[in-house]
Amino acid sequence: MRSREPTPLRAYWRANVRLIATLLSIWFLVAYGVSILLAEPLNRFRLGEVPLGFWFAQQGSIYVFILLIWIYAWRMDKLDQQYDVHE
Amino acid sequence: MTVEQWTYLVVGLSFALYLYIGYASRVRDTKGFYVAGRGVPPVANGAATAADWMSAASFISMAGLIAVLGYDGAIYLMGWTGGYVLLALLLAPYLRKYARFTVPDFVGDRYASNAARVLAALATIFVSLVYVAGQMRGIGIVFSRFLELEIAQGVLIGVAVVGFFAILGGMKGVTWTQAAQYAVLIIAYLIPAIAIAYLVVGIPIPQIALVSSDISERLNQIQTQLGFAEYTQPFQSKPMIDVLAITAALMVGTAGLPHVIIRFYTTPDVRSARYSAFWALVFIGLLYTTAPALAIFARYNLIQTLHDKPIEQVTQIDWVAKWEQTGLLKIVDKNGDGRVQFAKGKAFLEKGGKPDFSQPDFSNPNEVYLDNDIIVLSTPEVAQLAPFVIALLAAGGLAAALSTASGLLIAMSSAVAHDLYYRVFNPRAPERLRLLVGRVMMIPALAVAAYLGINPPGFVAQVVAFAFGLAASGLFPAILLGIFDPRMNKQGAIAGMVVGLGFTTVMIGLMRAPQLFGTPDPLLKDFFGISAEGIGIVGMALNLIVALIVSRLTPPPPEHIREMVESIRVPRGAGQALEE
Repeated sequence: MRSREPTPLRAYWRANVRLIATLLSIWFLVAYGVSILLAEPLNRFRLGEVPLGFWFAQQGSIYVFILLIWIYAWRMDKLDQQYDVHE
Repeated sequence: MTVEQWTYLVVGLSFALYLYIGYASRVRDTKGFYVAGRGVPPVANGAATAADWMSAASFISMAGLIAVLGYDGAIYLMGWTGGYVLLALLLAPYLRKYARFTVPDFVGDRYASNAARVLAALATIFVSLVYVAGQMRGIGIVFSRFLELEIAQGVLIGVAVVGFFAILGGMKGVTWTQAAQYAVLIIAYLIPAIAIAYLVVGIPIPQIALVSSDISERLNQIQTQLGFAEYTQPFQSKPMIDVLAITAALMVGTAGLPHVIIRFYTTPDVRSARYSAFWALVFIGLLYTTAPALAIFARYNLIQTLHDKPIEQVTQIDWVAKWEQTGLLKIVDKNGDGRVQFAKGKAFLEKGGKPDFSQPDFSNPNEVYLDNDIIVLSTPEVAQLAPFVIALLAAGGLAAALSTASGLLIAMSSAVAHDLYYRVFNPRAPERLRLLVGRVMMIPALAVAAYLGINPPGFVAQVVAFAFGLAASGLFPAILLGIFDPRMNKQGAIAGMVVGLGFTTVMIGLMRAPQLFGTPDPLLKDFFGISAEGIGIVGMALNLIVALIVSRLTPPPPEHIREMVESIRVPRGAGQALEE
């Protein structure tokens, strides 16, 4: 099946999967790494006046999630154009 | 005008608006009824998704829950937002390209199996039913708290309103009323939050006030003095492993909830589905970043107002008197010193999961009982806002409950009318009959929802964990593998779903045995430190592993399925694909 698939579409899909992998790594790192696993040590630092680990868990992570979705939608617009698969 | 008159006026006007929108967007075909004619622009779909997602509990109870949990409240904040990243990157664009009506549609077609379709439809119905009971109850509670109606009357009014625009307008009516309901609920939520942040630290933006004022430091100090852990200190109510598991299970469960997924079917193309997810999380994030700030300011303010003050003086405060009457707040002078003491522990002994106000719990010095809902409900009065704002809060709570209930009703009735009736029992049903069955199926769904709202089974709160567990361990992996693994076949997907759903069901059954079966103790305390709320993530992992192994030991899927997978990966053609 691989051999029959037209090459540009395969490249498009591979670029898409690479982008997803990058963004989900950041998602994983921020949600589970920074906001949970490292919450206690990070609480020794502060953002403004609030402990940093706490801020990431209750505020920062949500901002990062929003940003990740926007980056994905924006990058995919470019990819869709580049591989001529847009509507 | 009194608060009550204002409430009748504002709630009445908002209901009139919903009914008008429902009437104006009535539909005549199944495409309009199930996917709003696929004409919903991203910003509107984002607002509708946000209202669809944020329930009565998010609106009324979440801030109070966070105020009690402190840092650990992050499980809900991250768990109920992080899933949108998974939806936007892994599911929504491809499901939109496939362009059918429901989640079981995709599962059944992708695996060319009616067994998989029925399994997905049953999971959809169960998950939505669990959820809708809570929404109807929420409608009844808001009516009873603000307008002193019986809960049953409130539920019936809610059923009538939702029924009107859902039966007439289907998904189209639901979509546009949800967008209006988002506007109502977010305004109602933000005004009191802004007011309390300004009252306590003089900064009117709660998210900024949290960072740039010393509120967290001040609350931490008070908490320590009163014998609590610091508010910002992690893992006070749950071990780290459980915080990780619950957050992950809620995220994956969110991404697998059918009433959320079907919102992405309503956009004109794949690109709009991606931007819909972005707008949805922007709109959800506005409330979800406000809630923890509201929690911290309101908790600080409550302790400052009540702690160590003479009881006579405290009970003369208007809102204390009012909420004491409703049982959301109760003060008991355990040590007889005439002053209020805040401390760790429960103020009253519990009977049947509720505090028994005739029996103070003398094992600890805490003299104040606070219901979770009081953080949101009392804030307008605490901040001395106009009666109009209190009325708006009632309309906001109702908007949150109605919008979620209507999305769930669509998900449930389409699983019965479209997936079970049309796709399984009567594939030759003509369009007109399909539309009629879709509308008629709303009625039993509404009736069951109303019944469960009026007579809530004691375990409703317990089974919400179940809804997320089933969505995470059953639906999410089946859809994900269907898109990203072309080699995945019927045998693998079904084996995975059966193992994932089976494991999660058994585990929750064992851990929640006292609530579900009435045993004196849970039959299993936890699974390597993971509680019932988080077990869905283990079920999901088992589903993925079993599906991958079984699919490699059985024949590959037929050629037309592989073509289908290739086609859903390409955005072009989503516009035309709608006409079957």
